[in-house]
Amino acid sequence: MAVKIVLPTAFVRHTDGQKQFASTASNLAGLLAEIDQTFPALGTQIKDEEGKLRRFINIYINDEDIRFLGGEAYAFQDGDEIMLIPSIAGGGC
Amino acid sequence: MAYSCSAYELKCNECGKSFGNQPLSACDNCLAPLEVHYDLNAVRDTFTRTTISAGPANIWRYAALLPIPKGFEPDLPVGFTPLLRARNLGKRIGATNLYVKNDAVCFPTLSFKDRVVSVALANAQAFGFETVGCSSTGNLANSVAAQSARLGLKACILVPADLEAAKVLNTQVYGARLVRIDGNYDHVNRLCTQIADEYSWGFVNVNLRPYYAEGSKTVGYEIAEQLGWRLPDNVVCPMAGGSLIRKIRKAFNELIALGLVEDKPVRFFGAQATGCSPISQAVKQGRDYIEPQKPNTIARSLAIGNPADGPAAAKMIQANGGWAEDVSDVEIVSGMQELAESEGIFTETAGGVTTAVTARLYADGRIGADETTVVCITGNGLKTTDPLAHHYLQERAVRPRLADFAEYLQELDGIPGIAAAEPELAIAGGILGR
Repeated sequence: MAVKIVLPTAFVRHTDGQKQFASTASNLAGLLAEIDQTFPALGTQIKDEEGKLRRFINIYINDEDIRFLGGEAYAFQDGDEIMLIPSIAGGGC
Repeated sequence: MAYSCSAYELKCNECGKSFGNQPLSACDNCLAPLEVHYDLNAVRDTFTRTTISAGPANIWRYAALLPIPKGFEPDLPVGFTPLLRARNLGKRIGATNLYVKNDAVCFPTLSFKDRVVSVALANAQAFGFETVGCSSTGNLANSVAAQSARLGLKACILVPADLEAAKVLNTQVYGARLVRIDGNYDHVNRLCTQIADEYSWGFVNVNLRPYYAEGSKTVGYEIAEQLGWRLPDNVVCPMAGGSLIRKIRKAFNELIALGLVEDKPVRFFGAQATGCSPISQAVKQGRDYIEPQKPNTIARSLAIGNPADGPAAAKMIQANGGWAEDVSDVEIVSGMQELAESEGIFTETAGGVTTAVTARLYADGRIGADETTVVCITGNGLKTTDPLAHHYLQERAVRPRLADFAEYLQELDGIPGIAAAEPELAIAGGILGR
C-alpha cells in the first residue's frame, strides 16, 4: 500500500526541494513517525514541543479535511493523496 | 496627496518572530498567522482626534495606523459609512440605545470588503504584483474585481460554484477572470493557498492577508469616532473567517493606547448562521478550538466551515464577557425584512444573521435594554435577493384610472370593491394559487 504526501512550498526547505513523496504509512501517527525518520527538520516544524501536530496545520485526504473522516483514527487507503497545508484564513468577515 | 504610515512590520502572533514586510501570511517557524505590528509611540502626534478629523471623509483619515507603503496615494474614497441610531428597530427588540454601522453602502462595491481590499491592493502594487486574486464568497470578489480594474491590475477570482447570481455578475462586469470551483468555500480557499504557492500572484486573503485584514480596523475607528470618541458597551458582528470582530477589538485597543478614547469594558457578540456556526458553537461550549462544519445556509457570505481566525475570535469573545449566537435560515430572512422595514436598510443575508442574532441577544437578556450597542451590517441586500423573492409576489397591473386605483387599494386592504368584487377575487385567488 502506498499513499502520496503533498507539501506546501513553505515546507520544501526541509525536504531537499521535494513537494511530494510516497509513503507506506497506514495512518497519521505512522506518517509523522516516518517524517521524523526521513525529514527530521520537517518533523520538528510541523510538531509542537509536546510532539503533537501544530494546530495551524490542516490535513486533507483527497480534498476532505481529515477531521470529517474520523481525525487521527482515519486509516489511509491505497492511493490516498494526503495534503499538509497551513490553515490560512480566507474571505468573509 | 500621499499619506504616511507609522513604521510597521509583520510578526508572528504565536512565537513573536519578525518578518519585515513581504507577501507572507504564515510564520515559517510555527505556521501561525502573521499580523501587522506598529510602533504606536511613533504616531502619538500624527494619530490624534485633530489630525483625524482634518482628514478626508473616508478610511484614509486613519492612514497613520494602516499598513500602506510609503508614497501611496489613495485613489478611492472608501468607507466612513453612516453610523445610524436605530430607534425603530430598537423599539421592536427592546433596545433603547441601538446603532447600525451601515457598510451596506460602502464605496465602491457595497460591502465592508472595500476597506480590506483597498489596503491589500496598495500593498500588492508595492510588492510589484501584476495579477491579484482572492478566494471569495462574493463580496470580496466584487471588491477585488472593481478596485483592480481601476488600478489596472489583472484579477483572477475563485468562488464556490453555487454563488448567488448577482455576486457572480457583480464580479464579471469589471472584466475580472472568474473561476467557479466545484466545491464549498473551504475547498476554494485551500486551492488558493496552493495557487499562491505556484503563481506569482497577490492573493489579497492569502499571501497579502496580514495587510488586508488591517483594513477591517477602520470599522472600529469609525464606530468610536462617530459615537463622539467613545466606545460602545457592545458590538454585534457577523463572523465568517472570524477576522473582523478581532480587528474591531484591535482598533479599540489602539485608540485606548493612544488616549483617543477612554478605556471601558466592551463586550463582543459574534453572529453566525446555524447552518455554519463553528465559531458560535466553540463559544457556547467554552472552547478555543474549532470543530469544522460543512456549511448549509442561505448566508453564503458567512459560510466558512473551517475559519482559521475562529480560535482567536472565540477566545477574544470569551475573554471580554461576550457571547456568540446563531440563527436559522428562516430567522435570517426575517432579520433582513425587520431591518429594512424598521430602518430602511436593505442588507444581505449576512446582515439578516446579525440583525436576528441581535434580537435574540436582547430577548435572552444577554444585552441590557439601555446599553449602547453597535450592530455591524457588512453587505447589501441587492446582492442576495433570492431568499426574499418568493416573499414578494408581483401584484396585478392596475388600469391608469383613479377609480381602479381606489378599488385596488380596497382590495389590498381586504375590503372588496363593489363593482369589481368577483373578478378581483378571482385574480387574487389566481395569485395565491400559484
